[in-house]
Amino acid sequence: MSAALLRISGLTKAYPGVVANDDVSFEIAPGEVHALLGENGAGKSTLVKMIYGLVKPDSGTMTLRDAPFTPAEPRAARAEGVAMVFQHFSLFEALNVAENIALGMEHPPKMRDLATRIREVSDTYGLPLDPYRTVGDLSAGERQRVEIIRCLLQDPKLLIMDEPTSVLTPQEVEILFRTLRKLTDEGVAILYISHKLEEIRSLCDHATILRLGRNVGSCVPRETSARDMAEMMVGQAFEAPARAGRELGEVALDVKDLSLSAPSEFGTALKNLTFTVQMGEVLGIGGVAGNGQDELLAALSGEMPSTPGAVLLKGQPIGRLGPVARRALGVLAAPEERLGHAAAPDMSLTENALLTGAQREGLLSRGFLKWRATEAFANRIIDTFDVRTPGPDNVARSLSGGNLQKFVIGREVLQRPEVLIVNQPTWGVDAAAAAAIRQALLDLAAGGTAIVCISQDLDELMEISDRFCALNEGRLSDIKPARGLSVDEIGLMMGGAHGMDLAHA
Amino acid sequence: MMDLGSISPTLLLASLMVAATPILLAALGELVVERAGVLNLGVEGMMITGAICGFAIAVNTGSPTLGFIAAALGGAALSLLFAILTQVALANHVASGLALTLFGLGLSALLGQGYVGIKPPATDKLDIPVLSDLPVVGPVLFAHDPMVYVGLALTLAVWFVLNRTRAGLILRAVGENHDAAHALGYKVVRVRVMAILFGGACAGLGGAYISLIRVPQWTEGMTAGVGWIALALVVFASWRAGRVMLGAYLFGGVTVLQLNLQAAGVALPVEYLSMSPYIITILVLVIMSAERNRAPASLGRTFHASN
Repeated sequence: MSAALLRISGLTKAYPGVVANDDVSFEIAPGEVHALLGENGAGKSTLVKMIYGLVKPDSGTMTLRDAPFTPAEPRAARAEGVAMVFQHFSLFEALNVAENIALGMEHPPKMRDLATRIREVSDTYGLPLDPYRTVGDLSAGERQRVEIIRCLLQDPKLLIMDEPTSVLTPQEVEILFRTLRKLTDEGVAILYISHKLEEIRSLCDHATILRLGRNVGSCVPRETSARDMAEMMVGQAFEAPARAGRELGEVALDVKDLSLSAPSEFGTALKNLTFTVQMGEVLGIGGVAGNGQDELLAALSGEMPSTPGAVLLKGQPIGRLGPVARRALGVLAAPEERLGHAAAPDMSLTENALLTGAQREGLLSRGFLKWRATEAFANRIIDTFDVRTPGPDNVARSLSGGNLQKFVIGREVLQRPEVLIVNQPTWGVDAAAAAAIRQALLDLAAGGTAIVCISQDLDELMEISDRFCALNEGRLSDIKPARGLSVDEIGLMMGGAHGMDLAHA
Repeated sequence: MMDLGSISPTLLLASLMVAATPILLAALGELVVERAGVLNLGVEGMMITGAICGFAIAVNTGSPTLGFIAAALGGAALSLLFAILTQVALANHVASGLALTLFGLGLSALLGQGYVGIKPPATDKLDIPVLSDLPVVGPVLFAHDPMVYVGLALTLAVWFVLNRTRAGLILRAVGENHDAAHALGYKVVRVRVMAILFGGACAGLGGAYISLIRVPQWTEGMTAGVGWIALALVVFASWRAGRVMLGAYLFGGVTVLQLNLQAAGVALPVEYLSMSPYIITILVLVIMSAERNRAPASLGRTFHASN
């Protein structure tokens, strides 16, 4: 195929102590959607950063339209028609949509003309957007539209998308895919990075699979099963979580009419949440980020106290109690943010084990720390959950995301909770570690613990929940049995597509 | 005995602008620095360094204009030290800024040893025919030294550049989210260094205004906390140029008024009068900024382009 738009051969990039990319080669044709697959740390980000001019390769060559392509900086890459939508949005919250877009352009027109062009492009591609709204007030889906329109205004030949769907509702994913297909019809090539294998199967023409920086294979996603692709990524077969049939016990957690005002300007108020979780049950709570997930976790863990009767543990009101008192009663929580919320980044694993395990593991004696017992507890977490670290003296920050997540979840699981609340238990965790964490949650439920799993990963929720509901603007949808729910139903429970009714006159 | 009749409103308004100008100049500079995401607590040090540089050059050349230019250069030179520490050596902003203040106070005392008790050359006041001779309005608005108008023009310029030009947009973007700005290919460190130098130059001008016009003479530590007030003003003014000007004029006004009241023998303890400018300025600005008071999101965070 000499018609390749971008050809990459033998690209290598090493950082001190780690080879991020080792002799990677592939090519993309115009109008093709090419998937880049791999676990965290497989080198996907480094690879696209080289294409986008943020990182210089040590060796290897790139050609764009058969001409050598060595972008020294993103500006040069953009001038050649390479555009990128980032995984963590590279937007400025205090600025408005038009200003954000102007920042991504080489020669932005006057603000008024730019606003007109934004409206034109958003009409053409079905991505409604008001150029004068402040980005800080937009939903995740709308923010992504800002990024995409920023790219489209530069007439890209190659669009790089890094995990674009992780923050979208199914309806929003559908809108995005329609836009992308329209673009490929116009001859734009798309380099698509994602963990979500089913999406890749429905969207992508080719896939290149990276493992530990090496190109370990390629496939045509439509003709390959998700399971085969996952095994190519991980390099070994792994078990999908198994759910043992189990009896549900009495109601462990009973939340009645829980309302809380928003804790901060950018927070979400909780409005009349009512649900119960039985012993041995996993309640999955979906929803797009920023719809009250963090607040719900805080209300259940005790960080945000409510009226006493709003949260009942086996009939006992605990709404007023703080986290320490709730933990003593067996209500444990693992929040979403690993560094800074679930774990103190610069403290050792032993110290972090103490922070939540002190009461239930008896690690204190008259105000003094039982150092040996704490270390033993930390070691027990490390062994049981296969946390890869030289030892419990290492600081939390030094662990990879997946390993720290295993530690944080394991620390709560090993404390034999009555009720466990987790938020995004496998966010940014590789497939094998995610499977291990889900299995641990299911095993815990089989032992009679009531589990509330808040997550944005719908596949995960469908895999482990008994019942499912969604948070939307601080309200809870109806609760339905997870088995047999269709994607459409789930999407509607999550509130459909956000901001589609926006007037764009 | 109390004698309020001795306070002339015209003179009061006229001296208000003089009292406000050093704060305004320094605060505008710091505003730009903070909008770029850098917290420079060394304003006081840069001001006093500017005060002595300006004073020395004005005395030696006989030209206040050259003095002010030297003051801006001196302030900028000192701020370059801060820029190297925080942007190149990635040192902590707060510690570096405090060090800069202490260093500036010491350095200025050393440089100023030969200049105590000397009078600087006088700065000419603006004398516009007709306008300056108008009753009341003339002396209040049109009979000041040029630096008063430089301060006003600078307010307008800072507002315009920040809100209406691409350079200002990039500067705000760097202060809002330096990682994103870097990812888009903007030179975060370069933008910040330039903002820091601008802040240093403005602080230097503000300092020289005190030593060359407001006081005018050189004594050690003569800025007497004006730099700290300028710093606080930026925060209470919600990082907006117009409000910085308002705050500076309010502060200058109340300062002048309370001095006049003290002189007139008002039956209030002097301590209360002395604290009144601080309290009133903070109150007004806090009330005004109640609706949405958001600092630049990357303010004071060290940027390192590692990932």
